[in-house]
Amino acid sequence: MAEMKQAPAGASTGEKLLTWVDNRFPASKLYKEHVSEYYAPKNFNFWYFFGSLAMLVLVIQIVTGIFLVMNYKPDAALAFASVEYIMRDVPWGWLIRYMHSTGASAFFVVVYLHMFRGLIYGSYRTPRELVWIFGCLIFLCLMAEAFMGYLLPWGQMSFWGAQVIINLFAAIPFVGPDLAILIRGDYVVGDATLNRFFALHVIAVPLVLLGLVVAHLIALHEVGSNNPDGVEIKAKKDANGIPLDGIPFHPYYTVHDIMGVAGFLICFTAVIFFMPEFGGYFLEYNNFIPADPFKTPLHIAPVWYFTPFYSMLRATTPDLVNVLCVIIGLAAVLNLVKGKGTGQTKVVGLAIAAVIIAALQVFEAKFGGVAVMGGAVVILAGLPWFDHSPVKSIRYRPNWHKIVYGVFVINFCILGYLGVQPPSPTGEVVSQVGTLLYFGFFVLMPWWSQLGTFKPVPDRVTFKPH
Amino acid sequence: MSNQPVDQSRRTWVTMACAAGGAGGVATIVPFVSTFQPSERARAAGAAVEADISTLKPGEMMTVEWRGKPVWILRRSEEQLKALSSLDADLADPKSERKPDELTPEYARNVHRSIKPDVLVAVGICTHLGCSPSTKFQSGPQASLPDNWPGGFLCPCHGSTFDLAGRVFKNKPAPDNLEIPPHMYLSDSKLLIGEDKKA
Repeated sequence: MAEMKQAPAGASTGEKLLTWVDNRFPASKLYKEHVSEYYAPKNFNFWYFFGSLAMLVLVIQIVTGIFLVMNYKPDAALAFASVEYIMRDVPWGWLIRYMHSTGASAFFVVVYLHMFRGLIYGSYRTPRELVWIFGCLIFLCLMAEAFMGYLLPWGQMSFWGAQVIINLFAAIPFVGPDLAILIRGDYVVGDATLNRFFALHVIAVPLVLLGLVVAHLIALHEVGSNNPDGVEIKAKKDANGIPLDGIPFHPYYTVHDIMGVAGFLICFTAVIFFMPEFGGYFLEYNNFIPADPFKTPLHIAPVWYFTPFYSMLRATTPDLVNVLCVIIGLAAVLNLVKGKGTGQTKVVGLAIAAVIIAALQVFEAKFGGVAVMGGAVVILAGLPWFDHSPVKSIRYRPNWHKIVYGVFVINFCILGYLGVQPPSPTGEVVSQVGTLLYFGFFVLMPWWSQLGTFKPVPDRVTFKPH
Repeated sequence: MSNQPVDQSRRTWVTMACAAGGAGGVATIVPFVSTFQPSERARAAGAAVEADISTLKPGEMMTVEWRGKPVWILRRSEEQLKALSSLDADLADPKSERKPDELTPEYARNVHRSIKPDVLVAVGICTHLGCSPSTKFQSGPQASLPDNWPGGFLCPCHGSTFDLAGRVFKNKPAPDNLEIPPHMYLSDSKLLIGEDKKA
């Protein structure tokens, strides 16, 4: 039997109760490890709000989701009307629904900013690779969750958006068409599709998402948070083994984050109460028309958070596929001639390039588009291995690196804008250039991230007490 | 770790038990994944449909439902038909040679892709990602279309364009011409969509 601890003599009832629990469940231990004795760098700035805000939005989505499910009907004949019923007849139903729909967009706002923070401060670098990869998986889950949730109101955009994305899977060589039927459960998007998307949106994906969030946090608390200076605070500890630049998460960052929460809620509630559709970006106007399998809306675009990736899909025409093949070929040859790797890795690189080129040429451009869109998401996970810069944080990188990151962000926004617009010849060329820039940023990172004069990194974090 | 020697026969049994248990576990996936397939009810809903085209005037189009998909029936005018043969250079597959068994039944492998030259029967689902293209019969320059637009269909999702025989234009996201469903004439003005004489 485990050793039983005794509460000191004269302890309060609360203390006795906690001792009783601690002898049976590591309540105090968990609280200390993850909250009161989790030492976070003291120089966190604005960008560090978004992790805890993402958690807040997750909670909002789960709670509002539970209440929506109580009135929603996952049936192609009833779904659209049941959403309108929630909006009009259920007392305060409109508020719950708008919280959930605005929450979906808020989730992506917060997560994109959270990812940007990781990008500029090198938060994915050793030993935080797994924190980053769990994060990428969370992003994937979030995309699946958002996509399947969007089908549920059974409006025109729900229907046609699902139709397009499911057909993406049909472009996968050999198994594609059967896979698409397996996803739909019918030969067209229909009741079977709606029903299973409901099950996945409400149960399956949220469970996986929660598991990944726990893994993300456990991995983070194991290695400790990065900070805007990219300095490892665990390298300098005091006599008690506590990092000199660390402060306990509670009370310092709990209080700090409450300020972030307040700021967030001001924006969030402003959207909910004053512009819940957000000009057609959070809730598209065509989605207020019930799904009609015979009529594609004249202009269909995904919700804003998918549009950068959607732009890249649209940009992949046979011409762009050829350009991509030439670039991949040149890169492989250049690596063979000038690369630093061993002969073996060079040959492997050449072989991989040959396989990719062959696949892109043999299969049609449609597969190319799907590969490009999928690749654009998956490539994020490779970041820890692409970045060869000697320093983590943007603060100590050459100034022109800031321009590179600036171009990357602006390019991502332009791609997002073009994804909302109807297809046009100019837009096509711009998004093709944008697609090449996006991939160039990652693929060429091992090269450019080492270039330039880096500034000396301080031993301790830079921090001015207020 | 104990430093007793490994009992190989026990290890063999453990391996076999794990393999057998694992195989059973994997086999259990089959029924679960199978429930994702179209149900018997969904499979049964694929019968052929009839369409009466007696009131369809040249230049007009009607839509009927077949297997949950829109099927277009378009009666093309004389000029529209004439224009079809002049487009070969701009089309990706003018002679409908790609995937002929899936997309173009034998009786539609001609320049107008139809049994009767004027009546086009095509599944109104873009071969790219399954949107339903919109009609852009008016020729000439207009938004989202090239200046020498001959009249046809524009897919609103990704900008693929098709001519009035459902043939896809070059360098567009859609890889193939629109599907011509199996169909036959029951009488001069009555079409059966979903079955043809071979069947």
